[in-house]
Amino acid sequence: MSTYFNEMKSGGNVRLPYASLQDWVEAMPAALRNLKQAEAEALFRRIGITFAVYGEGGDPDRLIPFDMFPRVFTAMEWHRLERGIKQRARALNAFLCDIYDRGEIVRAGRIPARLVYLNEAYEKAVAGFRPPKNVFSHIVGIDLVRTGPDEFFVLEDNCRTPSGVSYMLENREIMMRMFPDLFRTNRIEPVDHYPELLRRTLASVAPQKCDRDPNVVILTPGHFNSAYYEHSFLADMMGVELVEGQDLFVEGEFVWMRTTEGPRKVDVIYRRIDDAFLDPLCFRPDSMLGVPGLMDVYRSGGVSICSAPGAGVADDKAVYTFVPEMVRFYLGEEPILQNVPTWQCAKADDCKYVLENLGDLVVKEVHGSGGYGMLVGPKSTKEQIESFRAKIEEDPDNYIAQPTLALSTVPSFVEEGVAPRHVDLRPYCLVGERIDLVPGGLTRVALREGSLVVNSSQGGGVKDTWVLAE
Amino acid sequence: MLSRTADNLFWLARYMERAETAARLLDVGARIALLPNAGHGYRNEWDALLSAGGTRGAFAAKYGEPVQRNIESHLFFDHDNPSSVATCITRARENGRIVRTALTTQVWDALNTAFQELRQIERTPRSEQSLNQLTEWTMRHAAMVRGAIDATLLRNDGWDFLNLGYFVERADNTARLLDVKYYVLLPGVEFVGSGLDNYQWRTLLRALGLHRAFHWAYGGEVTATKIAHFLILNPQSPRSLITCAEGLNTHMARLARAYRKSTDAQKNALNLLARIAETRTDDIFDDGLHEFLTSFIDEVGALSLSIHDSYLSGDAR
Amino acid sequence: MRLIVEHTTVYTYDQPVRAVVQSHRLTPSRCDSQLVESWDVAVSNGIKGGGFRDGAGDWVQGWSVNGPVSRVEVTVTGVVVTNDTAGVLRGLRESVPALAWLDETAPTRPDAALRALAEGAGDGESLALAHALSAAVAEAIAYRPGSTHAHTTAAEALALGEGVCQDHAHALIAAARIRDLPARYVSGYLFADTGGKPHEAAHAWAEIWIEGLGWIGFDPANGCCPDERYIRLGCGMDAQGAAPIRGIARGHGAESMEIAVAVAAAQQ
Repeated sequence: MSTYFNEMKSGGNVRLPYASLQDWVEAMPAALRNLKQAEAEALFRRIGITFAVYGEGGDPDRLIPFDMFPRVFTAMEWHRLERGIKQRARALNAFLCDIYDRGEIVRAGRIPARLVYLNEAYEKAVAGFRPPKNVFSHIVGIDLVRTGPDEFFVLEDNCRTPSGVSYMLENREIMMRMFPDLFRTNRIEPVDHYPELLRRTLASVAPQKCDRDPNVVILTPGHFNSAYYEHSFLADMMGVELVEGQDLFVEGEFVWMRTTEGPRKVDVIYRRIDDAFLDPLCFRPDSMLGVPGLMDVYRSGGVSICSAPGAGVADDKAVYTFVPEMVRFYLGEEPILQNVPTWQCAKADDCKYVLENLGDLVVKEVHGSGGYGMLVGPKSTKEQIESFRAKIEEDPDNYIAQPTLALSTVPSFVEEGVAPRHVDLRPYCLVGERIDLVPGGLTRVALREGSLVVNSSQGGGVKDTWVLAE
Repeated sequence: MLSRTADNLFWLARYMERAETAARLLDVGARIALLPNAGHGYRNEWDALLSAGGTRGAFAAKYGEPVQRNIESHLFFDHDNPSSVATCITRARENGRIVRTALTTQVWDALNTAFQELRQIERTPRSEQSLNQLTEWTMRHAAMVRGAIDATLLRNDGWDFLNLGYFVERADNTARLLDVKYYVLLPGVEFVGSGLDNYQWRTLLRALGLHRAFHWAYGGEVTATKIAHFLILNPQSPRSLITCAEGLNTHMARLARAYRKSTDAQKNALNLLARIAETRTDDIFDDGLHEFLTSFIDEVGALSLSIHDSYLSGDAR
Repeated sequence: MRLIVEHTTVYTYDQPVRAVVQSHRLTPSRCDSQLVESWDVAVSNGIKGGGFRDGAGDWVQGWSVNGPVSRVEVTVTGVVVTNDTAGVLRGLRESVPALAWLDETAPTRPDAALRALAEGAGDGESLALAHALSAAVAEAIAYRPGSTHAHTTAAEALALGEGVCQDHAHALIAAARIRDLPARYVSGYLFADTGGKPHEAAHAWAEIWIEGLGWIGFDPANGCCPDERYIRLGCGMDAQGAAPIRGIARGHGAESMEIAVAVAAAQQ
């Protein structure tokens, strides 16, 4: 364990941002801690924030474990992260604008044409279209890991509809309710203005034909979706309608929603459904979740869709390797945040290296998510490694590999008391007329001892994430 | 508001009201089973109550004998029975979850707590919970949801759709219960001699949760006329048909004002109320109680359909 | 040639539907081989929606019809002056790079037979290869109306050995993509004088990207490249993507469709 960077203690000393937490945790007897933990769980369950994992069955009302021990960043640390995240969000959007237009970055030979134009997420239906304010990805969730005091790496980008922000907000609410003293003694930057910023961001990208205060809605696949809570939470906090495809219809040049008073025009759709399901006339004809004719209205400037269809090209795991190149190409800057070195099994040399070093690497599917279809070499059995080897050999294009990072740890409450557990971080960057980032994010923690997989589907939990004021 | 949201609110209320009806039926059913002359008499009573809920056939097919445990299973636990407490609470909560943003924390809390406790009850061995606990539990949670709605919800169109749901369901339930027992109230029975059969009418009032209220309102000898008046025409009675019709009209009128638009649904509600308001008990008995109730049930059904067409389907312009 | 087009599509529903939404690719492409003199698209009781030029250069026009409705009639009338560019598509402004047309779709997914057909077309340079592929498809699939249906795939048509222009185009597209030539499905109209072979006036063919030349049309069904008898409407990855009319009705009525197309040559 000593090889991992412990964010609270380095070399036996408590690092500054965690100073007050040391007293807090020492002063808390086990009985009180258990009581608080039960209280937190009851609060989460009462507000209905549960998470269902696709295909896992079991309890659809399962809670993601909430770990009360917060994760803390200093103002200095955050400042650097913020610059890096905003830089990356700008570059990703510039890339999307470019590839659906002239494709200068491809012409310049900085990224392989096939990777872009034969990408599953590339949408011909968007080619030649400039979305309002030139923004394709309005909410960019960037997954970061830390390996040392100043070493942060981007694990992946999420340009479509990154989820989890409701946990960031609810975790904070619950911490403030349970431990008001902590918030009195520490000066912690607030995050609760996120919904208002999100609403403003969405309103700022109203379509060309909108000539009034835009009507923003959230489009959800429905209440059976595992992230439904989040959809309804955000709608509530923003004061906008939460709609399903069946609530919307196209008539003439616009999209309308069915209300008890008759049709009402919709200007901006924050969609939480995949491209393929948006419009059965344009994409999957069997989709029941979308709105027939939506894409025609979108492209003729009658409605805005956030994120724009086709934004997924930018968060593809194979395209990921080129993001630092995007920063240089579009912004003329050096990337502030580094990528994790990545081997692409599609390349023969890389593939050879990966197959020779499977035991040391993390291998992921190019289009996978949620921690499924993933091999963590050092934590896997021989059989698991061999079965993965076969998969890679059969379809190398589908895999990338990265070194096993020494993810930092943060103290966490576990059965036996307090122990370090590995964490990552997902901040949510908002891109509209301006670029905003609330000081905080979702910290996911791998609650199983030694585990490096933080996904909630794989036994991960969440923590409140603090940024201290200067 | 979104038509679908209004639809969910309308059904949330209908399911909560229906859950309460199921609990009251359960209470009555159990009481009948305790009567000493347990023979064909109570058996018929029980069949009648199931008929009112429209689940007599399903019960017979699945359970056969109306013994207490079966009654409990059917009316409380059975998710195959669309009118059981478990089904209604689950669906009410699901409707609530879908429109979470149209509810206050208190209303959601009341609904969700009922659902979470229901799951707890379902996991607890049946031998550890008495029937009284089950029915009281249901009444308590129905009251908590209703109370949270009345105390905390914005008086906007959503509130009106909730109330429309409550009143439509209540009007339908009262009329059906009454219809199943209409023969008890036939005037001929009174002439036979000693007034109404004691436990028959008591069952009816109890099924509506009104046995004590009745005495406060009328006192003295129980007659068919008094009971019919109480359940149909007395605006003091919380479950009478006229109370439901008035409630429906109040909320229809509010909607029409808020939307500055009157609809077929509003017209139907007005007609319903007008007809009841002009009716006297004598008329009802002269023309036939059963006929009166049948046409009332049809009118409530038509009204519910027109509420759907005018507001909930999303097709209205 | 000066071609006069009359094209009517009638949708009927056995019970009235709540609404109909359509997306049209029914306007001739703006390219050097054709010049629109007049063009009109009408939808019975239709409300015209948003229109735009898509990434492939086609004009896409949305329409909606409010219900209850049990009959929708789409009428196209127009006059187009065409000239022969030897199948070469010139003057069309598009922003989808040719490479993007290499992807496969369900109806154009290759099987072993399609691969064999594609590999058997020799090793000529791109243009010769494209001609060889077109000839091979024409030979392998005989023109026989009624033998296939709207959802027949390229592989199925090849196995059957017969089909219509849609099947020819799908097979050629699949074969070209196997040989790493970007290819796409084109829908349009075809004028044929009475002495010619049987034909469909609503027609479809393929375009293949030849580096240095651009997009070239190939019509295996007629064993030629499009000339002045052809009017180009729009293109897509396959028949569904290039469909002149895509639509969805909301409601329970079962839909049936009748099409009448006439293309006549005007006196010059």
